[in-house]
Amino acid sequence: MSETTVTPDRPVTVEETETAPGFIGVNVPRKEDRRLVQGEGVFVDDIKRHGMAYVHFVRSPYAHAAITRIDVSKAMEIDGVYGTLIGEEVAAETDPFFQIAPPPGGDLKDYALAVGKVRHVGEPVVAVAAATRELARDAAELVEVDYEPLETIVDPERASEPGAPQLHDEVPNNTIWQGNFDYGDYDAALAEADKVVRIKKLHFHRFSSTPLETSGAVVEYNRGTGQWTLHSNNQFPGFAIIMMAPALRVGMDKLRFVSQDIGGGFGNKICTHVQLVAMCLLARKLNRAVNWTEWRTDQHTANSHGNERVFLDVEVPVKADGTLLGFKARMIDDAGAYIRYEPLGCIIWAQVTPGVYRWRHIRVDFKQVCSNKSPCGPNRGYSRMQHLWFTERVIDIVAQELGLDPVEIRKKNYIRADEMPYETPNGCVYDSGDYERCLDEALKLIDYGSIEEKRRDAESRGKLLGVGIGSTLDSGTNNFGQSTLVNPELQFSGNNEVATVKLDIFGEIVVTLGTTPQGQSHETTAAQVVSDMLKVSPDDVNVRAGHDSYWNSHAGFSGTYASQFAVTGLGAVKGATEMLREQILKIGAAVLGAESTDEVELADGTVRRKDNPEAALPFMACGAIVNANNAVLPLELRDITLNCRYVYVPPHQLPDKERKYGNLTLTYANQIHACVVEVDPETGVYDIVEYGAVDDCGVRINPQIVEGQVQGATAQSIGAATHETFVYDEDGNLLTPNFYDYHVPHALDMPPMKTAYVESASPFTPLGAKGMGEGGGAGLSAVAAALQDALRGSGKPIVTTSSNPYHRVWELLQKPEESRQLVEVEER
Amino acid sequence: MTEPVRGLRIAVDVNGERHERDVEARRLLVHFLRDDLDLTGTHVGCDTGNCGACTVIVDGVALKSCMMLAVQADGSRIETVEGLAPDGELHPLQQAFSSFHALQCGYCTPGMLMSAKHLLDNNPEPTEGEIRRAIQGNICRCTGYVNIVEAIASAAKGGGK
Repeated sequence: MSETTVTPDRPVTVEETETAPGFIGVNVPRKEDRRLVQGEGVFVDDIKRHGMAYVHFVRSPYAHAAITRIDVSKAMEIDGVYGTLIGEEVAAETDPFFQIAPPPGGDLKDYALAVGKVRHVGEPVVAVAAATRELARDAAELVEVDYEPLETIVDPERASEPGAPQLHDEVPNNTIWQGNFDYGDYDAALAEADKVVRIKKLHFHRFSSTPLETSGAVVEYNRGTGQWTLHSNNQFPGFAIIMMAPALRVGMDKLRFVSQDIGGGFGNKICTHVQLVAMCLLARKLNRAVNWTEWRTDQHTANSHGNERVFLDVEVPVKADGTLLGFKARMIDDAGAYIRYEPLGCIIWAQVTPGVYRWRHIRVDFKQVCSNKSPCGPNRGYSRMQHLWFTERVIDIVAQELGLDPVEIRKKNYIRADEMPYETPNGCVYDSGDYERCLDEALKLIDYGSIEEKRRDAESRGKLLGVGIGSTLDSGTNNFGQSTLVNPELQFSGNNEVATVKLDIFGEIVVTLGTTPQGQSHETTAAQVVSDMLKVSPDDVNVRAGHDSYWNSHAGFSGTYASQFAVTGLGAVKGATEMLREQILKIGAAVLGAESTDEVELADGTVRRKDNPEAALPFMACGAIVNANNAVLPLELRDITLNCRYVYVPPHQLPDKERKYGNLTLTYANQIHACVVEVDPETGVYDIVEYGAVDDCGVRINPQIVEGQVQGATAQSIGAATHETFVYDEDGNLLTPNFYDYHVPHALDMPPMKTAYVESASPFTPLGAKGMGEGGGAGLSAVAAALQDALRGSGKPIVTTSSNPYHRVWELLQKPEESRQLVEVEER
Repeated sequence: MTEPVRGLRIAVDVNGERHERDVEARRLLVHFLRDDLDLTGTHVGCDTGNCGACTVIVDGVALKSCMMLAVQADGSRIETVEGLAPDGELHPLQQAFSSFHALQCGYCTPGMLMSAKHLLDNNPEPTEGEIRRAIQGNICRCTGYVNIVEAIASAAKGGGK
């Protein structure tokens, strides 16, 4: 059992002896800020090269069509147009991307440009490179492409039915992957139940985090060495290189990934390897640097959407006292036209199979289909968010139908603090947490005690008031072994991240990370850990900005994704710093005439004798001796480099492929959100009038940074719950292709937001910290629940979708029976 | 028939420095700043005038530089984020953004700062509502705006200018 504290008086530390005076748990100002507030960051489109070409993609206007002719000759006639790239060239010069899926999904062919056929609106068909952005666009207009339109499929439920249009010849019935998950004894649970609640259908909609900086790259090719340098904002270079090198038929070391500042990622910048291959081919073909900066409309139309998911034939056995025994459901995940990180979403939800509840008997039939929509990819809360929204919807529908209190049913069924670490029915181990306590804190934030009074007040103003709770997990440091549960042939497992820490000649402490931060403040938090351990100030620690796969701090899983930096990134930093500290102590002991390193210590930027602090060797002297004056050292110390590299590898094990069983991630941060809405029954317009978010991510290295990510993630989920949605018409046209139609929250849209935290240290991680940042999904559940609560006196409609803009609420008010038909209760 | 003019030589004052350039008639002010003058602090986040990452101040008016042609700026005085701390000492707004953790990725920050500066130039003691209205044309996807609003309010209390 782990210790849980609420708002400790002083920073919580895991190893007290190592952290005094302590920068861990302190709001150290961010190292990144000084350049960013002055406009001196270096984002990818800020990079220029002599003679650089700008690339514009000619994109498909059809959702599904055969390409019958491509003619680039008119484009090539324009002065300043350097060249083009078409699908035929791509098919000749590259191999299709490696697929994570087993056959049949794994057999589909995916190239950097459309080859023979387009499968979604906005799919890149031709790339045009020219001297300016404007010229490239002009030339793209002159490229002639003839299409033969084909029948389109956009409905995930219909996609796998007989007779549906087929996207890929290799993938019958558009079915990428299908699998059964069966845990506990569901049939026994059903037999034991006093009541069974059935829900015919729930729907989680498409949206994405839409980072403000779109995707992009400046790619250079070195003919002499055959090596590409990709200045890009790809957020998972480890994955991109694994995908790209075989496609380009080169060794991995020929692809050098570099980034400094990245303008938000949220998972949406993981799958840019497709466009990056087109850039590599163009850079080589034209022998010049090429810039690709995605247009916003392209980012929305053809980059990476969050997975859409349908939950069908849901069955929930419940005991008379409100104990939930389990659930059964069919789930269909719509991956869009191509699978570029998928079908990992088919297993990643299983990290949080029972959500935060003590459900022991679970049966899921999970299917992933393709359709004529933008490909999906990881999006903040990836795959778990969909599933956790489902579990919360189930809880609130069951509560409403059985007349149970939403707070009490949660408290009754939440996994308890004294059960931690808790093994879920599918073998995941929740490391720590106190969900009930978080819920109490969240309810305090929205002044739940006086809610009935507020309800009457709202009614007196003609408004309907509703309260909603969202309980989610932000599982982090994933075990890539879970990929073998979707494809047993894969050879991926575990996880890793690298850091190097060195002491230079003039005493400068230099840290390199393998990560690709997009706002997560890695320079700052890494400096906090290093300075704590070396007894210096964070100002004395120079953390290199950004990522370079040619630094020796790159490993197979390097990148920034899946809520893990505080564990893997800082775990690597801690490991490397421990190595460096040992080396400094050895040098100090030798130079200061101590018998052993036990007689010396680090303090104030020196190594000194414990029995005589005056006898101190500054770090600068250590750096100088090892790097430039090492003949003074005894021979046995000459292997000391003061340049230490550490690879953090979490204690993961191989999961059981047959049973789909095992611990799929190392840490499970949790979030409990609560909100109050007021609905205008005449129009369906509603306001969120109170919002409280409680987050528990274990030891917080920098509380202000944690709170910032809690606020930001919450804003994204409120946006998704209320307005953000990628809507397609039946012909596969995206109706919300940019910020004009896709409304993200602006400053005036945000409700008053209060935050609090509970700190349950993880027993499994180097610093007691858990990965965090993806926990905002709770807002989707809280808003849905609050709306359902507000409307309970208006025909008791059920909120069945995660997308609830005003017109949807109006529909529920007008026709509550339509949603009620989806629910039934069997009393036994 | 006369050929339409396809370009123009323009002169602008950017952060106190005079620049003369030949520009294409269709060149957006934001691309003029970023690509011609290499002032890359001003960012582009959309293609519809919605995001505000490119906000600059032209002759005292905060505007989105993707919604103005460079030729239209001829003869004007332009302030960009690069001019906020000319001697390296941070502007109170820049300092407040850092102190209050009002930025994460920093991509919206230059535009946000210019909108905030325009607000405080014209209204040194704004209410929270006035602050939110002043930045409603600036999208931030990282912060949820909580700390941005606090930072601007704090800078205003400290004098702002």
